[in-house]
Amino acid sequence: MFDVAIIGCGVVGAATAFMLSQRECSVVVLEKENDVATGATRANSAIIHAGYDPEPGTKMARLNVRGVELAQKLCKELDVPYIQNGSLVLAFDETDDKTVEKLYHRGVENGVPGLEIISGDEARKREPNLSKQVTSALWAPSAGIINPWEYALAMIETAVRNGVELRRECAVTGLNKTDAGWSIETTKGTVEAKYVVNAAGVHSEEIHNMAAEPAFKIIPNRGEYYLMDKSDGGRANSVLFQCPSAAGKGVLISPTVGGNLIVGPSADNAEDGDCVGTTAAGLASVREKAMKTMPDLTYRGAIRNFAGMRANSDQADFFVQVSAPGFVDLACIKSPGLSAAPAIAEEAVVLLEGEGLALPAKAECITTRRRIIFNELTQEEKAKVIAGNPLYGRVICRCETITEGEIVHSLHCPVPPVSIDGVKRRAGAGLGRCQGGFCGPRVAEIIARELGIPMVDMLKDTAGTNILIGETKQKNK
Amino acid sequence: MNHYELIVIGGGPAGLAAALAAYEQGLRKILIVERDKELGGILNQCIHNGFGLHHFKEELTGPEYAGRFVEMLKDTNVEVALDTMVLEITREREVHAVSVAKGYQVLKGDSVILAMGCRERTRGAIAIPGDRPAGVFTAGTAQRYLNMEGYMVGRRIVILGSGDIGLIMARRMTLEGAKVLACVEVMPYSGGLNRNIVQCLQDYDIPLYLSHTITDIRGKGRVEGVTVSQVDARRNPIPGTEMHFDCDTVLLSVGLIPENELTRQAEITMDPRTNGAVVYENMETALPGVFACGNVVHVHDLVDFVTAESMRAGRAAAAYVQKGEADDAGLITLKNGDGVTYTVPQRIRPGNVENAEVFFRVNRVCGASEIRVMSGDTQIAKFKRAHLAPGEMERIMLPKKLLEKAGSELTVGIVEL
Repeated sequence: MFDVAIIGCGVVGAATAFMLSQRECSVVVLEKENDVATGATRANSAIIHAGYDPEPGTKMARLNVRGVELAQKLCKELDVPYIQNGSLVLAFDETDDKTVEKLYHRGVENGVPGLEIISGDEARKREPNLSKQVTSALWAPSAGIINPWEYALAMIETAVRNGVELRRECAVTGLNKTDAGWSIETTKGTVEAKYVVNAAGVHSEEIHNMAAEPAFKIIPNRGEYYLMDKSDGGRANSVLFQCPSAAGKGVLISPTVGGNLIVGPSADNAEDGDCVGTTAAGLASVREKAMKTMPDLTYRGAIRNFAGMRANSDQADFFVQVSAPGFVDLACIKSPGLSAAPAIAEEAVVLLEGEGLALPAKAECITTRRRIIFNELTQEEKAKVIAGNPLYGRVICRCETITEGEIVHSLHCPVPPVSIDGVKRRAGAGLGRCQGGFCGPRVAEIIARELGIPMVDMLKDTAGTNILIGETKQKNK
Repeated sequence: MNHYELIVIGGGPAGLAAALAAYEQGLRKILIVERDKELGGILNQCIHNGFGLHHFKEELTGPEYAGRFVEMLKDTNVEVALDTMVLEITREREVHAVSVAKGYQVLKGDSVILAMGCRERTRGAIAIPGDRPAGVFTAGTAQRYLNMEGYMVGRRIVILGSGDIGLIMARRMTLEGAKVLACVEVMPYSGGLNRNIVQCLQDYDIPLYLSHTITDIRGKGRVEGVTVSQVDARRNPIPGTEMHFDCDTVLLSVGLIPENELTRQAEITMDPRTNGAVVYENMETALPGVFACGNVVHVHDLVDFVTAESMRAGRAAAAYVQKGEADDAGLITLKNGDGVTYTVPQRIRPGNVENAEVFFRVNRVCGASEIRVMSGDTQIAKFKRAHLAPGEMERIMLPKKLLEKAGSELTVGIVEL
């Protein structure tokens, strides 16, 4: 019997596990995929929003602003790539100018620090590639960019170090109220827990409905993106949003923490919350809308397209509340969910305490994490690291200069990857312009060697994504 | 700091030929730095034949071709650092490299030859819409799995792009028992050599769809199918022309990009048309003492031409070490005339050359044509060709006496007769 079972290990589940791992309680995290952070957390704009967007007085507003504060601290402590590069909301006409003013006042009311309205010329001075049509802009210095999956990984890894149990490929199929709490049916047997936290993202409606009367509806919304080569990374300094208007929310252009440029997202409601394919129409709409911000942007430097699925819903606010005895919903977490995640987790702790769970702080626990990023070291540090472990002297991913030492380290971390993309998310191999064309087979060999997985069973990503179908010179089976 | 007369970055066909040529010219402190665990580069996975017809006057496989050079190297004192990655080359020709065996090294070269080769364009570079299942490979990655590691990547294959590696893989996968359903090319002509179209597609009844492209990839785990559409003259898909293929694998052969991170880091002048360094007649880059050759300069069709070009670079590096900088009196800049997408070299120093060998590519398929070399309005040379195609690199020789007649600019263009 666990004290708490968290369903779903995206950034919200991971943050909740991380917060609870610093308290005296037993926690299990149930994740349906073979890795953590494979839903909305891995495919989004990778932005920490300042917090001027949500309506004042909402949970979203409060948790967003608090989330930014926490992100700054957590990323430092957990060694997560995070750059506070600020954001601009761009106005293109008089209506937009008014919206910018409205956002400014809303932000001030929400407690967003440092907001300022600047002229179009001032915006172009800061961002030389901006369109001449920009008339004014809202500057929000507390906005930033982050590596979202690394954020979730760092939190769940540290939680596991502190004793949290993570079960992967463990999909929840039913919830039954018991005298002691909840009996959770999963694809890997029954799990008993006194309290349940629903952090199932795009699937949180299904989980909620297993425990309580229907209360909200998730409307999965797909967003498609372009990721551009590092040679394009300098085209933007800050996060460049377009003013929301009658025509929609527009698209953003932003540098990423890896030094690339991200352009997107499109927005369309999807039938299937797990279907993250891209479409010709979606990608075309991204290109067309981005032209408004940067008329000279070309896509010759594109290295990847992807789509993410937001857990949009019929609710205006986050659905963060107790929905049944001992059952806490952290649901309807659409944008700015990534920004708010650690604050949502803090809220979960308060809600669990309110339900009667005593959560005294642990006398000792781990709250920091350090990793070696070879490419960011000085010459002397590189020499020293290789002297300590020669595997840091073998570069496997040549686009991103990722060494075998970093890959092997990732394979033995508290939440080890089981696929080539899992290694990519942890060590960065394959994120670059050749997209793993060169290093993929080598990473597969290292996974096979370190984890004892046969090459023919090697996965690209989630279950079923086998890279190879067998050895040559074998008869069809 | 270890000191060499010549450091060659890359031990593929370009680096091997360059090092050997420099040795033959008398250099005795030469180092080849290779990131892989053996020499030969991409040739090691090219187990088909067709290599060496020009250079060795016989038909060899890729590993055999590389093997000849590795054998020749054994009779020299050229040093080889395998499993060693170059992180940076400075403008002072310091080469920073790391390896498991020797850790972090800073090496100094009197001259440096860049021979890093190229890499394949990916799905992301061409924005194919659809799901993101496993089973989408660049042709070279699939070739590595098949020929080096001994694994099958799929059984029912659609190939996008008719570059040579894709064509070679169409035949190779067929011979291993896979069914290649189609080769799809967005352009109205193939990007590969004609001999490969015949020997790798036609001989195996594999259909080639010109002016078509993949407009959707479907599949949750593995690829389950693709949609192929015809494209118009502006390469936009034409609605209503969709064809569906049930396949488990998509191989991409959609172009190669010279791998010039080190070159750019050293702030060596680049040519946006080749994606390689701007080079002189002897393959010297704009940074004196630094030369470049092979696919890192421009993508070749035939390794034999890589060898010839790289030997030129090797000889030039030796001359640089032995005699100092070349005389650039009468410098000629080569310009692209009608129908020509690039030339290599881009600059010629007439005093430094007997015959200038010029490689270039055309932007369209032509029948009987003339290649015309113009100095202003004056035609100084012309060359007849029965056929020209973008997939086949062209080569012309400009003798010294012609170069001496030229002004500061020469334009290479084509005229279909």
